[in-house]
Amino acid sequence: MQNQQRVIVVGGGLAGLAATVRIAEAGIPVDLFSMVPVKRSHSVCAQGGINACNEVARQQGYSEYQHFDETIYGGDYLADQGPVLEMANFAPKVIDLLDRMGVPFNRTNEGQRDLRLFGGSLFKRTHFAGATTGQQLLYALDEQTRRYEASGLVKKYEFWEFLWPVIEGEVSGTEGDGRCVGIVAQDMRTMQTRAFRGASVVMATGGCGLVFGKSTNSIICTGGAASRCYQAGAWYGNGEMIQVHPTAIPGADKCRLMSESARGEGGRVWVPSKKGDDRKPADIPESERWYFLEERYPKYGNLVPRDIATREIFDVCVNDGMGVAGQNQVYLDLTHKDPDYLTRKLGGIMEIYEKFAGEDPRFTPMRIFPAVHYSMGGMWTQYTPGSYSPETPHREHKPGMVAPVDTEPGRGMALGDPKNMMTNIPGLYAFGEVNFAYHGATRLGANALLSCIFDGLYCGQGVVNHVTQGDPADRPVEKVDQSIYDQAVEREQAKADRLLDTVEGAEASDDTNPYLIGKEMGEVMEASCTVVKTAERLNKTLDTLAGLRERFSRARLSDAAAWTNQSLSYSRAVGDMLILAEMIAKCSLLREESRGSHYRTDFPDRDDERFLKTTVASFDGGAHGVEQHEIGYRDVQTMLVKPRPRTYGKVEEDAPEKKGPTASGDPATARTDPEPAST
Amino acid sequence: MSSSTATKSQSDRQPVAGRLVRFNIKRCEGPGKTSRWESFNVPTEPGSNVISCLQWIAAHPTTVEGKKTTPVVWDSGCLEEVCGSCTMLVNGQVRQSCSALIDNIAPGEGDEITLEPMSKFPVMRDLWVDRQRMFQALERVKAWVPIDGSYNLGSGPKESPDQQATRYVLSTCMSCGCCLEACPQYNLEEDPEKWPTSFIGAHALSQTRLFNEHETGKRLKKDRLDVLMGPGGVSDCGNAQNCVKVCPKEIPLTESIAADGRAVTMHAITSWFRR
Repeated sequence: MQNQQRVIVVGGGLAGLAATVRIAEAGIPVDLFSMVPVKRSHSVCAQGGINACNEVARQQGYSEYQHFDETIYGGDYLADQGPVLEMANFAPKVIDLLDRMGVPFNRTNEGQRDLRLFGGSLFKRTHFAGATTGQQLLYALDEQTRRYEASGLVKKYEFWEFLWPVIEGEVSGTEGDGRCVGIVAQDMRTMQTRAFRGASVVMATGGCGLVFGKSTNSIICTGGAASRCYQAGAWYGNGEMIQVHPTAIPGADKCRLMSESARGEGGRVWVPSKKGDDRKPADIPESERWYFLEERYPKYGNLVPRDIATREIFDVCVNDGMGVAGQNQVYLDLTHKDPDYLTRKLGGIMEIYEKFAGEDPRFTPMRIFPAVHYSMGGMWTQYTPGSYSPETPHREHKPGMVAPVDTEPGRGMALGDPKNMMTNIPGLYAFGEVNFAYHGATRLGANALLSCIFDGLYCGQGVVNHVTQGDPADRPVEKVDQSIYDQAVEREQAKADRLLDTVEGAEASDDTNPYLIGKEMGEVMEASCTVVKTAERLNKTLDTLAGLRERFSRARLSDAAAWTNQSLSYSRAVGDMLILAEMIAKCSLLREESRGSHYRTDFPDRDDERFLKTTVASFDGGAHGVEQHEIGYRDVQTMLVKPRPRTYGKVEEDAPEKKGPTASGDPATARTDPEPAST
Repeated sequence: MSSSTATKSQSDRQPVAGRLVRFNIKRCEGPGKTSRWESFNVPTEPGSNVISCLQWIAAHPTTVEGKKTTPVVWDSGCLEEVCGSCTMLVNGQVRQSCSALIDNIAPGEGDEITLEPMSKFPVMRDLWVDRQRMFQALERVKAWVPIDGSYNLGSGPKESPDQQATRYVLSTCMSCGCCLEACPQYNLEEDPEKWPTSFIGAHALSQTRLFNEHETGKRLKKDRLDVLMGPGGVSDCGNAQNCVKVCPKEIPLTESIAADGRAVTMHAITSWFRR
């Protein structure tokens, strides 16, 4: 007999849709919640591609195992290795499925799927569909979801905002008696707040780029949903790990990603050597330009690795105040190149810059700045290890070597196990960018799309098994006392009413304006918690955030409408983002080392002794009167490959970095990268 | 492309730095409510676009008359012209508002910009419209590939690079609604009951072609053509060609409609013979 319990999926990006398809296919009805029509989820923005070993690469000596090794190395060893092995092994199956769904992957003459070289691999292993791979993959999953919707197995709640997980019992670690039995959500049109029962809840709500102000993320990527789960007792892992891409177009509203290939094709980075020089770039003679990358790194010049470029640009603008027109921007200059050549080689970039900056980069230097791009941190999740557990970890896997393990499912992470990607709250799962798994301390290019779909398909099976055979089968959520749901709705309603009540009354001021509080939070977080961090500045940031939280407690909204009140939705998110921001800053302060995207000038080296550990934050919601973040550490699973130094911060001083693929397969350092190693 | 030439000619005027731009915005409290106009003076910076100005208004909701009002409601997402959310009428033209740069459309001090919601969809509030009918149309034509399932069943059909190129461009349709706003045959229809029989629109016709061209997708070709033969189908297209002119992704919509038309004719003849 068909199981009548329903599963709730929150978020309709790649992870949420893949999970929906997998769960619905098993005959379990899915309620799919999204703040936007799912086809408009942020996954559409991904450009580069999706990694997976294929037969051509395999016959050249590449393997799924090497993809795994590259991912672990790219993430500076901070990812649990079992789940990453499973993901790399599963990757070719993901591509096959998407292919069957009709994704227009680029083709070779013979009609095979074409591959592109991506970040630091000798082997082409990145599948792509034009320059909009993310859009194409999302659409394919959206179409399959619509198919299930037409058949009645999926019910979409679009324009519904997740407010809180409904939890029965007390949350206490992974084995507590609390469990997630549904959610509270609000219709963003009618503003109706109501609870939904769910045998399991899958959070697939993406990253939290907006905590850092302007980012490459969509404007819905506030991290609000993750923050609400965190406040309800879900743990948060590696919050301090946020990837910043060196070259983005700073916009008045957001930042738009610019491919690294602009530097690869000869782009020169410079600022006027005189502070505050407001002449047009063409009027500034060569001798009055400061090519700081070429000066500081004579060997590599503008081709320094991505993280160095990011840090130097940041240093010149933020610390020295030497940015163009005193702003956070530098020139990326291609005007010395033949315009036709630029169109031929960099047409896509030229077009996006022209469209959004309103200037032609063939004749005017582009103005760029690093931008927050991807959250490696997220809700902490668990998994059940697979069957492969060598006695001693291996050294780096070299091309052509026989992989030490086959690619049967279940080697890295047990197939179908309900624990996979479940948070510490039983029944509450986190899939995709909102979880902390797979990427470690920095993300390998073209792995994001893979991790999202992998979670949905592979761990989605675990959700099915949890519902049909696990706790919900024994204790159906249909029997949970209705009062638990009613109380949860009342609490959320009260919070909203409190905010709405602020509309009338005293005069509004900048001090209490939620939009301005949100803006200030973004500015302070971007300045202190992204590229370069120091204890001093992080401490200051914590003070600033405390001040902003105090101001937020007095926040005044400007709209009391009981219909499509976006002001309420945004303001509520600001409050939740502030809590996330505080946790991120604390995690950054306590991790006294530099690893991957986390760079501390006061602790410039990686410290495996103390910090080869996952940061795990939990929130004490103030039962004792004071809210606080409790931050601890858990061991990382490193039994498959042995950590080796990832010293790209020093290459310009030491031996010249080996070119391209032999540079330890690290995409962030490889300088022959012909494509943007980001998605 | 027509829009880039338009951008060029508009940007002949040099933008005045730090100028105030006046936004005239058509506002509506909700479905069935009457509309009104409100104006705002917004300070600009280089690179400002319509979205950043709306964000500024949200933080400073005071009209030019000094009257306190509510933040303007609008729909947006990626702000990179990929997600399809932020379509509206900017100075009477339907377009994505994220790529509407103030330096191009209002370079002078005191220049005015008019924002209105799309007229072919029910207004939710202010500039936000309900485009559910577009997604319903995709369901109507079964715009998906009927795969056997999501488990590991090997790779999909091979495809030539030419075929991929044809399908790829069709597959970039972001359901933004520009083609429908510009279409004289596509009308506002608030009653969902009537959606299955009213004109389906260029986007769905183009998606029909996309899936009919896929090796597995074409298994549903007959079903799709049955829909396109019926009321609101391809014969309702008046061939005004407005759709293709406003498509931000330059999708060859009229080619798709012609291809669907031919397929429907063939389908009608063979169906007739089978009788």
